[in-house]
Amino acid sequence: MRVLTMAKALNDALDVGLEKDSHVMIMGEDVGRTGGVFRITDGLAEKYGEHRVVDTPVAESGIIGVAFGLAVGGMRPVAELQFMGFSYPAFDQIISHVSRIRNRSQHRFTAPMVIRIPYGGGIGAAEHHSESAEAIYAHTPGLKVVVPSTPYDAKGLLLAAIADPDPVVFCEPIRLYRAVKEEVPEGWYEVEIGRARVEREGADVTLISWGAMMLETRKAADRLADDGVSAEVIDVRSLVPFDAEAVTASVSKTGRAVIVHEAPRTAGFGAEIAATIAEHCLYSLEAPVLRVTGWDSVFPLKRSEHQYLPSVERIVAAARKTLEA
Amino acid sequence: MRQRLTPSGGLVGEAPFDIQLTRRLYRAMVFARTYDRKGMALQKQGRLATYAPFEGQEAAQIGAAAALEPNDWVVATYRDAALMWAQGYPWELLFAGRTGDERGGSPPEHVPVMPPSITVGGHMVHAVGLAWAEKLQGTDRIALTSFGDGATSEGDFHEAMNFAAVYEVGCIFLCQNNGWAISLPRERQTKSATIAEKAIAYGMPGIQVDGNDLFAVYEAVKEAADRARSGGGPTLIEAVTYRRGPHTTSDDPNRYRDPAEVEEWARRDPIERVRIYLSEHGAWDDEWQAAIEAEAQAEIDRAIELAESMPPLGPGEILDAMFETLPPHLEAQRRELVEGLR
Ligand SMILES: Cc1ncc(C[n+]2csc(CCOP(=O)(O)OP(=O)(O)O)c2C)c(N)n1
Ligand SMILES: [Mg+2]
Repeated sequence: MRVLTMAKALNDALDVGLEKDSHVMIMGEDVGRTGGVFRITDGLAEKYGEHRVVDTPVAESGIIGVAFGLAVGGMRPVAELQFMGFSYPAFDQIISHVSRIRNRSQHRFTAPMVIRIPYGGGIGAAEHHSESAEAIYAHTPGLKVVVPSTPYDAKGLLLAAIADPDPVVFCEPIRLYRAVKEEVPEGWYEVEIGRARVEREGADVTLISWGAMMLETRKAADRLADDGVSAEVIDVRSLVPFDAEAVTASVSKTGRAVIVHEAPRTAGFGAEIAATIAEHCLYSLEAPVLRVTGWDSVFPLKRSEHQYLPSVERIVAAARKTLEA
Repeated sequence: MRQRLTPSGGLVGEAPFDIQLTRRLYRAMVFARTYDRKGMALQKQGRLATYAPFEGQEAAQIGAAAALEPNDWVVATYRDAALMWAQGYPWELLFAGRTGDERGGSPPEHVPVMPPSITVGGHMVHAVGLAWAEKLQGTDRIALTSFGDGATSEGDFHEAMNFAAVYEVGCIFLCQNNGWAISLPRERQTKSATIAEKAIAYGMPGIQVDGNDLFAVYEAVKEAADRARSGGGPTLIEAVTYRRGPHTTSDDPNRYRDPAEVEEWARRDPIERVRIYLSEHGAWDDEWQAAIEAEAQAEIDRAIELAESMPPLGPGEILDAMFETLPPHLEAQRRELVEGLR
């Protein structure tokens, strides 16, 4: 089987999606001729034509609002917003229209569309290029919010998102685009939206994360294993719908949970997970649920980025703390 | 399209200012190009984060600033280092921003320049507010906002233009139409024949000038500034220029544009035509050129040294500018942050 990076796996998913359904189209800034600033749409405009892979003017509200109209009108748009920090001009369209049309019209109109958003830090980027705003989208009723951390999941989740009857905000961790490679099947396959993945089984503590922070979380689990601590690692993959069952089953078993995310702490999605754990497995807990997160600061520029991002050390220390409790 | 100085240095009509000022602005453009080329080189060495070059746009920026008063507001973008510097923003802070240091966004007290806008379009409305604040407080300060051709597609452009005209504020909209918005050519950005004509819909004057022509840019901005200062409201100026480099150091323009186009624009260089003009007026020679190039090099080297010798923000300091006083939850996070770095 082919071994692909996440970037290539996403490109492959879009290729398969465009091939299978003539209603699928891609639109966004620089997605056509230059293949997107991260080259995720590389080669697709040449292959399918500029009417199906559309370079748009620099106008995020327009991209999403027009994609919404296209979706209601029967197309299957996959819109790219260049960075999460530039998704905000489209926010009104996403919150006020995309997320609500099914409810507003009581199923009469729907917006089956995908909003692809590269996100997250760790590459020393300029201001606004490192945002993790997934919780804001997760807080918006009517949107599904998905975050892959492996090439296999990236392709399967993106195809599931394209097939989904509802709008999906598809968050792509920039740091993972070319960080890992794995086997990715050819053709169409879907990874079900709404299912977490227990990536590693363990008995002593559950580490819960998603996106690029899976890199640090896996390393922390290795480090803990070296010291004889058996950590279970869960990749959430889908914030909405959230797989409460997978998380609570794990925490009921281990009695300890550490949630890791890159986004700021306050009202981050970790709070939602902690509350879910409290609701469902309080009596199995052996220690307080801990969060290792970014701080409540603007995402720092290159020279101070290391102060912000959760480190393996912080995750290991938090896991130890739950074990000492 | 207004033009005063042709690519071969020929004067059309009258020069807007004397030879002395022409020499000063020529020197400023040489400084700007030196900074810009240094920026590209330093990025390649890994000493700067992503860099967005402005080579070819020096006249649009230096010419515009020359028509402003020293305390007029400038609200510009990631590609406007020359404009910002000409209005007082120190080179070392422009570099500091590019090394990835928040203090690059904090100009000295007397410098009326906002930190460069990285989001496309969001800043134009701010210039309208600043100009309005000056009007409400009875000063004669005005604001100039600079942006690209791509930015005119953002909703905020239209909202800014509309507000400025409705409230008749002293705001100058300077669009540096450099032909490209990353990979999208100007023709596919908007169906309008010119960007200047967009002004008509908002009820303000629109002027299209040769953006590689120092004299024409100065003249248009001066006209707009005089109008703004005397209560005549906003103006849109389209300076037609060209982005000779990549969009940023992460971009490869060979994927989407013909190198022949770049060569053609190199022949319309904004600095060379002023050099020819000065030379024809006996106000330029090799010796002076060598002297100002050396001065520029020394100044830019000093600036990068200053930027790089600034120690990075200390542990926890990334939280210190979130609020005037740190609320308790951030104090707690700060302690945790400092502990976690040990
Ligand atoms: C709101 C927003 N959307 C997208 C981007 C990404 N981006 C950065 S520059 C740019 C093109 C801007 O083109 P133009 O306005 O012509 O300015 P130029 O870069 O040519 O100076 C884009 C799309 C951004 N920075 N902000
Ligand atoms: Mg441009």
